[in-house]
Amino acid sequence: MELFIMDTQNKENLKASREQIIYANILVIGVWAGIFILVTTYAIYLTGILPSHVKLSLIPTIWGKGVGEYLEITHSPHGWGWVSLLTKGDFLNYIGLALLALMTIFCYLVLVRGYIRQKNWIFTVIALLEIVVLSVAASGLLGSGGH
Amino acid sequence: MLNYRVRSAGCGILSLFVFILSSPLAVSAAEQAATAGAAGKPWWFWPIVLFFFCLVLGIVAVLAGVGGGVLYVPLVSGFFPFHIDFVRGVGLMVALAGALAAGPGLLRRNLANLRLALPVALIASSFSILGAMLGLYLSALNPDIIQICLGVTIVGIAILLLASKNTEKPVVNKQDAIGLALGLGGAYWDGGARESVEWKTHRTLLGLFMFILVGLLAGMFGLGAGWANVPVLNLLMGVPLKVSVATSKFLLSITDTSAAWIYMNRGCVIPLIGVPSIVGLMLGSLIGVKILAVAKPKMIRYMVIIVLFFAGLKAIDKGLGLGFLG
Repeated sequence: MELFIMDTQNKENLKASREQIIYANILVIGVWAGIFILVTTYAIYLTGILPSHVKLSLIPTIWGKGVGEYLEITHSPHGWGWVSLLTKGDFLNYIGLALLALMTIFCYLVLVRGYIRQKNWIFTVIALLEIVVLSVAASGLLGSGGH
Repeated sequence: MLNYRVRSAGCGILSLFVFILSSPLAVSAAEQAATAGAAGKPWWFWPIVLFFFCLVLGIVAVLAGVGGGVLYVPLVSGFFPFHIDFVRGVGLMVALAGALAAGPGLLRRNLANLRLALPVALIASSFSILGAMLGLYLSALNPDIIQICLGVTIVGIAILLLASKNTEKPVVNKQDAIGLALGLGGAYWDGGARESVEWKTHRTLLGLFMFILVGLLAGMFGLGAGWANVPVLNLLMGVPLKVSVATSKFLLSITDTSAAWIYMNRGCVIPLIGVPSIVGLMLGSLIGVKILAVAKPKMIRYMVIIVLFFAGLKAIDKGLGLGFLG
């Protein structure tokens, strides 16, 4: 009987926790959606279905310059400015890139809910702090300043 | 017999690729092509070359057990005509995409451990933001500074890969208070030894401090940081090698997210370069996992170390403007 209980306990330890499984499931959906969007929008961009903000033939002549100079020459926005240019083929690609870069924040939001239900306060705080860090990084408050 | 031929052919092709990359003559030729290409080739030439380059890079990275970013940044900045700002931005997106794709499988099999990853990721991702901002600031001052620092770091990584003797199952006699409080431990099924392996951490505080440095370097150079995560988790904190490797790969999906946003918000991710790199490397990684079953990764790993040595020295040479390596 004791052996049976130990064996059951051991099998339980080997299983991934519920939060891990939920995290993994969200990630799968997000990654494949991201890749699908990336490939589709890139095809739209290269085939010219939507006009580009920066001419394709211009890019190879300036991709050797620093990012500040590149943005100046192409009159491209930084931060979340790309959202206002989603009708342009090149900026349409940022939907897929942003989705991939936002996946972790979505997953953490689900984690926080789970940890609060479990009353696991240490990990609730850690997950909340991570959401703050990633959100600050994504907001553009730190990264889109002067060049 | 067929299996042996497939293995030999696969190893042969990959060895040739790695050898070519490590040859000074090839680098010189590639640089000349890049210079000429930037001026004379049509716009679609470089994205196509980049896609196939990244496809092979993805295969090599899986076989060598390193992340995509650590190979992508030094090689693409050496072989392609792009400014290092764009190479670092896309390098982080490449490492992020690879980690996101690998994450679900590792979490489901309980190889990547969420409880271990969460506190470590919080430290590494916070400092990778600082690293990214510092890197962009130095790059705006003088790109050669970043080129030299990148070269020194890459040579350091090559030495680390060569010298570190990871331990399959480190012995941890007593768990420290922080590890105990955070519940940093678990169990996984070792298919090879057909046994369940229980583990716990020690030296947790020191390990957490080390992730400050790991985060800074990852953000500054856009490298991802699998090369540093594994030794810290395995050698310092006593986490079994399989759990260290898997948790490290999963960690990149969090650490690289923060730094990737900094670069993306600055406009360092050009879709024309970024999309073929990300898709190429992800497809390459999927192929690499299949080849892994029949290839001899140890030999590939040593060749990748040679490539990293060369790429690092080349970056230093380029930064100092010496011109010794073409």
